[in-house]
Amino acid sequence: MGPAGRARRSGVIYEVFRLERKGQPFQHAGSIEAPDATFAEWYAREQYGRRGESVALWVVPRDAVAEIDDFIDELERNYHRVDGYPLKEKLRQARERAGTNASATG
Amino acid sequence: MVSPVLRRVNARAQQLLQIADDELVLGWRNSEWTGIAPFLEEDVAFSSIAQNEIGHARALYELAARELGTTADELAFDRSQEEYRCSRLVELRLVPDWARTIARHVLYEQADEQRLRELVDSDDGEVAGLAAKIDREEAYHRMHAQMWHERLKDQPRYVEALEELRPLVDERGEHGPELAELWEEMTMVRRSVVGATW
Repeated sequence: MGPAGRARRSGVIYEVFRLERKGQPFQHAGSIEAPDATFAEWYAREQYGRRGESVALWVVPRDAVAEIDDFIDELERNYHRVDGYPLKEKLRQARERAGTNASATG
Repeated sequence: MVSPVLRRVNARAQQLLQIADDELVLGWRNSEWTGIAPFLEEDVAFSSIAQNEIGHARALYELAARELGTTADELAFDRSQEEYRCSRLVELRLVPDWARTIARHVLYEQADEQRLRELVDSDDGEVAGLAAKIDREEAYHRMHAQMWHERLKDQPRYVEALEELRPLVDERGEHGPELAELWEEMTMVRRSVVGATW
């Protein structure tokens, strides 16, 4: 065999999502490289459906997936978020105001 | 040396052995691609197909074994080379030629489909039942073969391979040297320790 060259990409990447049980959300299971959708379906069945582990599969060309990875939070509106209200801290402050420093469970 | 078992092989057992031998030998040949197929997905696919075929062989040997008063393992591995009833097509060692491998795959699946269709209609309930099960799994093999045929059908190497291999589909009888080599490898471990129970 000759020296290792740069790997050639000849196919299309498909992302596979699987449904474990009806009522569950589809979850990402992995990706497949295939020449076209027909091959992708065959490979998806083989790699993600051979042992009856999935009720259904979604096979999606990666290009069809729109990724969003930048989010703006200029004013740090942490009150939008669940963790923007630290309850422990507020409880501690309230107890101090009320004159009881020791907190049983905090 | 013809094993005592084989002296009383009847037509039904002969037919079962023919298919079982085809599937065992083809499964072996297909499994030679494991680790070296053109790309990963196809490595998994072809290995899986090979595994299915050996599973089919096992089921068929078991059916024949009950009839012949022996075991599936003995039928699969303890016969002499001349006693195998596989076709010339499946004996050939085609690695590393993918075009010829796919050509064989396509030709075999077409022929096997016809053979199975006849068996599914058999009066013999056991054979018909097993043939139906095998056929349902083979549907995926046929899909795979068809996919590849569509992809390669205009490639000269593939077209040549189809023409070269087509006459071997129904060629049975005299085995070529390839089967001798395959038999040596396939039975080597089993023969290596006389009297061993595995």
